[in-house]
Amino acid sequence: MAKATYLDAIRQAQMEEMQRDERVFMMGEDIRCNVFGTTTGFVDLFGEERVRDTPISENGFIGAAGGAAMVGMRPIVDATISSFLFPAMDQICSIIAKSRYIYGGQARLPLVLRSCLFYGNSNAAQHSDRPYSMFMNMPGLKIIAPSNAYDMKGLLKGAVRDDNPVLSFEDSTCWMNKSELPDDPDFVIPLGKGDIKREGTDISVIGVAGGVNVALRAAEQLAREGISIEVVDPRTLAPLDRDLILQSVRKTGRAICVDPAHMTCSAASEISATIVEHAFHALRAPVVRVTTPDTHLPFSPHIEKPLYPSVERIVDAARRLVGAVAPVPA
Amino acid sequence: MSIAGDNDRKIEKYRRMQRIRQFEAKAEAIHAQGEIPGALHTYAGMEASGVGACMALRDDDYMVGNHRSHGHPIAKGAALRPLMAELLGKATGVCRGKGGSMHLSDFAMGSLGETSIVGSGAPVAAGAALGAKLQGLDRVALCFFGDGASSEGAVHEGMNLAAVWKLPAIFVCENNRFGMSTPTAHAVAGENVADRARGYGIPGVIVDGQDVDAVEDAVREAVDRARAGLGPTLIETKTYRYGDHAVNMGRELTPRGPEHDEWLGRDPITLYRARLEAAGVSAADLDAIDKAVAGEVADALSFARESAYPEFEEAFDHVLVERLPIPDDVRAHA
Ligand SMILES: Cc1ncc(C[n+]2csc(CCOP(=O)(O)OP(=O)(O)O)c2C)c(N)n1
Repeated sequence: MAKATYLDAIRQAQMEEMQRDERVFMMGEDIRCNVFGTTTGFVDLFGEERVRDTPISENGFIGAAGGAAMVGMRPIVDATISSFLFPAMDQICSIIAKSRYIYGGQARLPLVLRSCLFYGNSNAAQHSDRPYSMFMNMPGLKIIAPSNAYDMKGLLKGAVRDDNPVLSFEDSTCWMNKSELPDDPDFVIPLGKGDIKREGTDISVIGVAGGVNVALRAAEQLAREGISIEVVDPRTLAPLDRDLILQSVRKTGRAICVDPAHMTCSAASEISATIVEHAFHALRAPVVRVTTPDTHLPFSPHIEKPLYPSVERIVDAARRLVGAVAPVPA
Repeated sequence: MSIAGDNDRKIEKYRRMQRIRQFEAKAEAIHAQGEIPGALHTYAGMEASGVGACMALRDDDYMVGNHRSHGHPIAKGAALRPLMAELLGKATGVCRGKGGSMHLSDFAMGSLGETSIVGSGAPVAAGAALGAKLQGLDRVALCFFGDGASSEGAVHEGMNLAAVWKLPAIFVCENNRFGMSTPTAHAVAGENVADRARGYGIPGVIVDGQDVDAVEDAVREAVDRARAGLGPTLIETKTYRYGDHAVNMGRELTPRGPEHDEWLGRDPITLYRARLEAAGVSAADLDAIDKAVAGEVADALSFARESAYPEFEEAFDHVLVERLPIPDDVRAHA
């Protein structure tokens, strides 16, 4: 065990899995030069055949990862920023997500497609996307969105070992967060299992990716006001650990879904619908989404920062929800 | 190769072209009677292109094709029964009834899919070639795509990737003169798709797509190059599709010019039959092949007809490696 950052957790997970399994190899733009620090020393360790710099050709090399996986390799693709998945929607949605199905189970596509959620830092609309919910609407893909270094390492290792295509959305607001990381080479967090990040009794706050950490900070503040928050982290968005979410909401009777994605059809929307559909009778108040509004992300920090879920917005929502069922003071 | 061996190969090419032609004729006939759902993109007229290319491959070489998918698996040697059953949407279909006419893909024969998103197979073929290379196997990956598909970015990206990494890939553009209703000249800049190879620094070869021997020779040279580690080749087979874009489009889509009859006059099977006869193969022997193939097709159809439709649960299988739960309300009304 040693403390390490979220980015280093990615490096460790990739390194351990590449050491464990020769079929695992990496490709992406400029990964040899290690732009983000997740491939430090990889070329020396694994050679250029297994650490491949690609042309700027997302549809090409992401599709090629699909082809390589179909013939027995286990590629990890680093697409860097999640906005760059858009040129590859063709291969992700039509080939990677569907080949197993269309061909009646003849194909198997064990691959990991990594990209970061690069929002909150004046990168303007074309580089700040949080597009995981678009892919939640596409069967055939698993999706992880870890909120801390520990989960990042365990889930990424789980993703590499999974026989399905897995999209890993890595929240850049978590990059420098540190956790104690197990060095057990078989430390793996199973995909599809959520985690209670903080126990509480009044409101379930279900966070997505970096939204979990904002929720945890809000919970601290609300605790001082006597409001007890349970923070639920699904960790995997597909498959979604609905049972854990419902279990928490049945206990607290209230739910806030915190998601840095745009509101409409966000992961928060899906979580809210799940709660309303399956835990309606446990609810003591409406389910609330705290998300990014349905506008693009501007460059100017002055107007960008207030758009994301914040401690203040969660605290406000929590106060409203608790008040909503409190007896009106005489 | 011995003369006898060479002769067997020639006979095999003839047989596979006949299989495609007769398989599709049967499929069209029963489609007209409503026995096959969906559309049928027929390959008639293009048999020499697929068979010539596949005869230059080994069984363990990879192949990726497109929506015009009937010819490719048959050309590579796939059994007819599961292909016909797939057209009928049966559980015994090669894709268990989940792919249908545009996706006849037999992975046991090295296929990695017949994908109906135009152009989307090229990156997959590059990736399969990369996988073979990384595993130290001397397999190659061949990608069939159309002249229409040549305008897709995915095709460019797949070829560029294969060229820059010197992957053992062969890109075969089957130029059948149309993309749906659009004549190639209206959609493809430059005279030949194969000319684009220069841009990637790889060989670009144009071949008579109605001559199965010529196609095989061209592809064999590309395969040899690929196996030797010299990288990909782009081959353009100049061919022609007899039928409309697809059966079941509601109306004729493809405008036919005066060249239509010329192409019909250069039918790949008729041409090859004449060549075989000139080389001493008896007409009786060839007739016997035609008849045997008719038997195979009839057998495939009986098999398909006798097969059951998939269980409803099948709709939820193979989305992931794990089986998906089936929602109660959906199951209740299935
Ligand atoms: C990405 C995409 N765009 C459009 C279509 C609709 N479509 C199906 S086949 C076809 C024509 C393809 O022409 P070509 O590649 O020359 O193949 P051919 O049908 O002539 O064999 C089109 C436009 C599609 N399937 N996929």
